[in-house]
This record gives sequence, structure tokens and C-alpha cells, in this order.
Amino acid sequence: MLFLETLIGGLLAGTMYSLVAIGFVLIYKASGVFNFAQGSILLFSALLFVTLHEAGVPFVVAILLTILALVLLAILIEKLVLRPLTNRSPMTLFMATLGLSYAIEGIAQGVMGATVHELDLGIDDVPIFIGDLLVSQFDLVAAVTAVILVTVLALLFNQTRIGISLRAVADDTRAALSIGINLNHIWQIVWAVAGMTGLVAGILWGARQGVQFSLSLVVLKALPVLIIGGFTSIGGAIAGGLIVGASENLAEAYIGPAIGGGITGWFAYFLALAFLFIRPAGLFGERAIERV
Amino acid sequence: MSAIANPYAESVELLRVDDIEVIYDSAVLAVSGVSLTVPKGAIIALLGANGAGKSTTLKAISGLVRADRAEVSSGSIHFQGQMSTHTPPHVLVQQGIVHVLEGRHVFAHLTVEENLRSGGFVRRPSRQSLQAGLERIYTWFPRLKEKRKVQAGYTSGGEQQMVAIGRALMTNPSMVLLDEPSMGLAPLIVQEIFEIVSQLNEKEGVSFLLAEQNIPVALKHAHYGYVLETGKIVLSGTAQELLQNTALQDAYLGKKQ
Repeated sequence: MLFLETLIGGLLAGTMYSLVAIGFVLIYKASGVFNFAQGSILLFSALLFVTLHEAGVPFVVAILLTILALVLLAILIEKLVLRPLTNRSPMTLFMATLGLSYAIEGIAQGVMGATVHELDLGIDDVPIFIGDLLVSQFDLVAAVTAVILVTVLALLFNQTRIGISLRAVADDTRAALSIGINLNHIWQIVWAVAGMTGLVAGILWGARQGVQFSLSLVVLKALPVLIIGGFTSIGGAIAGGLIVGASENLAEAYIGPAIGGGITGWFAYFLALAFLFIRPAGLFGERAIERV
Repeated sequence: MSAIANPYAESVELLRVDDIEVIYDSAVLAVSGVSLTVPKGAIIALLGANGAGKSTTLKAISGLVRADRAEVSSGSIHFQGQMSTHTPPHVLVQQGIVHVLEGRHVFAHLTVEENLRSGGFVRRPSRQSLQAGLERIYTWFPRLKEKRKVQAGYTSGGEQQMVAIGRALMTNPSMVLLDEPSMGLAPLIVQEIFEIVSQLNEKEGVSFLLAEQNIPVALKHAHYGYVLETGKIVLSGTAQELLQNTALQDAYLGKKQ
């Protein structure tokens, strides 16, 4: 019973990691960039939302305004950073996102303050019984939210013209250009959508541990998730998040007592390192289809 | 240069390339002094060996050079009478130029049908008109209809070439730049594809500028041809003239001692 509860608790917490990782995968697929700024965008969106909410703006309106801000941010990033750096090496782009992350963080905290904001979503973080199992209510809500978000993304990618265009760009940028897909437009959309997954993740994380600077550090937790799941697959990001969540919870419960606890801090990285030795492309790294 | 004038010079000029020069990475000169015209409704062949500058010329016309860190550094390109030298690729596609890249470049993880649909998006068509466009492509390439649900990466080379051409046709082009359609394909498939190109030209009036190394096949279907050698046009003429021209054999195979 303890095992099951620990496992479920871990899986549910893992969905939050998945949410963060999905934002990375979207941008990586569309532009080949590991977007270091994803964490700052997450912080920016959560901070903006909570600031608006504290100022008395209703929940839904605050969400919509934040989404609007994320769209504007995506357009600015595309115009000011990505477009001038088109065709540069991935390392150059990575460094640009590193700079971007400090800029966004600095501006966000400069304007909205660096204090810790409480964020109450009205969900009690008390465990409830499902059958005989004790499950965190908050984790459950987070998991359901993640499932909804992933479903919406899946529909977007598979059913809509924008989705097909996004996948086309991810598959072959030149060919996408050759049939008139506007790459700049696609980048703006991808960054905005990645920002929105960041917003969802930011609100959930923020509600749990307060909206503050350390939110941007979830980037570092997303890294092992991506290494395990693969950088190019949303399914991989989900699986990676679940694996990290479940395994660190289990490790804490079963190995923790033997070595004095504190395992959750580093277990994900240990796992990622093991994966790098065994399966460097990650579990679901998209295999190139090769046939001539 | 052949002294005989382009027999299509009388007809409406769709594309004119004037003395262009393309430079890669601001340093490497790929083509220089290339001039050519494509009359409305013609199939024009751009012939030459590997590295002669055929692909670069096509990319200059479609605007895709910039995706390769290159630029048209001098000369001009006009499409339908309008200056188009520095027009972005997606605008050129809207205006009616579409480029089928060398090596086909299908979207491997998308299904055949998704590949085709993606070509239609640029026109912002209604659902019905997109569907009608698909049916038109399936009429031209019935084989693709059978494979519509298959990921394009898992279809044969010939089918991928058909996907690439079909996807390009979905943009409703008035001119198709077709780069090395015969590459790596069995002779029968090459014939089939060129047959379709000829028919598209005759029945729907689509103009083609096609780069080819396979001179006999290209000249069998083209009306007029240009021969490129190390980045320059060295010869041009009607398909008939070029077929009889020994200099072409020299340009392509190297001069006989």
C-alpha cells in the first residue's frame, strides 16, 4: 500500500515536470534550440498572473491578459532575437536564450518585484482517500490539468493547419519554406504556445511553493526529464516527467532512510546520467526515418 | 551562346533572370552572370553537371538561397514583370513560384495526405477547396491516394518525388522549379514523372524550370534549354538544337581530346 501510494504520488508530481518539459520540446522541435529562457518565461507568466490577480483582476481575465502578454513576448523574441540569428549555429542560439533568460527574469522582477507571492488556487493541499489510497488532492488537480493541456496540444498538432505546419517545420525547415510556410510566423506561434504551457506549469508550481525567483530554476529539473524522455517527443516529455516523479518519490521512501534522506534533490540527475550511458537519445527521441 | 533566338520570346514572359551572381557566406561565389527567361507555358531545362550551379540558380529564384546563408549579390530577377530578387520565399509562393527541392524533402513524419495538405495552406483555402485540391492531386498521382495514410518517410523514392511535386502543385503555382526530379529513381519512374510534368504543362498550363543532369530525358520533355558550367551559362537553344549540339556533350562530359 505504501508502495502504491508513493508511486501514485510520484507520478502525479511528475506530471508537473512533464508540463515544464513540454515547453522545451515544442521549441526544440520547431527551431532546434534548447531554450534556456523557458524557466524565466515560466516565472514571468506566473509573476504577471499573480500580480494581476492580487490587484483584483478576476482569475479568468488575469489568465487571458497573461496569455496576451505571452503572445506579445513571443513576437518580440522572434523579431529581436531569433530572426537576426537565423541560420546561426545551435550554440549561438542557445547562448542567445541564456541571455534572454536573464533579461526576462531581470525585467519581470524589476517591474513586479522580487518578493514571494502566495498563490491560492482554492484547492486544499490535503490528501484524500480514493478507495484505500491516500492521494494529494492538489496533485490530482495538477495531473488532470496536465492531461487536458496535452489533449489540447495533441488536437492542435494533429487536426489543425497550424499544427500540420508546425510539424512540417520540425521535420524539414527548407521544404516548409519551399511551400510558402512563413517560418517567422511559426516561430512566434511556437514560442507563444510554449509560453502558455509555461504559464500552466508556473501557476501550478507557484501555488505549491509560492511565486518567486526559484520558479525559474525548474529549468534545471526539466533537463533530466528531457534527457530521459528525449528532446523531440512530447510523449517522451510526459513519460520522462512521470519516470522522474515516480522514481524520486520511490527512492526517497525506500533508499532515503538508509542514507539519511534528501534524495529528491539529486535523484533525477543520477537517473539522467544513467540514461546518458544506456540510451543517449532518450526513451522516445524521434528516430529519423531513413530510406532512399 | 547559341545565335538562334528563343522561339518563345514572342510569348508572355513569366520569369526573367538577369545576370545574377550568388555568393555563399559572403565569400564563396556560386554562380555569376546567369541570365535566362521562362516564357508562360513553357518547360525550360537547366542542364549541367554536379556543382555547375543549377540548384543555386533555382534557389535564387525561389528565395531559398537565404536559408543556405547565401544571397543574390548582383543582377535581378523578375517574376510576372515584378522585381522579385529579394522577395521572401513565402511571398513568392503566394505569387505563384514553387520550388521542388533536390532530394525531394518530403515531411517524413507526416502522412502523404498531410504532406499534400500542407502545400495548400499558403492559399488559405476553405475546407472544400482544400479537399478539391487534394482530389486533383490524386487524379494526377493515383498512387498517392492508396498511400494517403502512410508516413511519407516510408514510401518509395518515386512516391516521395510524387509527394513533393503534388505538395508543390497544391500551392496552385504558375511556375514550378523542379530540381533534379530523376535523382536516384528507376528509369521507368523517371519516365512516368516526366510524362506527368509534360501533361501538367499541356493541360493546366503550368510552366516548369527544371534542373537536370539526365540530359536526354530532360530535353525530350523541355522546349528550350540552358547549359550551366561552373556557375555560368555556356550554351542555350531549343531542345532540338541542344540535342544535336556536340558542345553540349563536351560541356557535360568534358571535351574530347
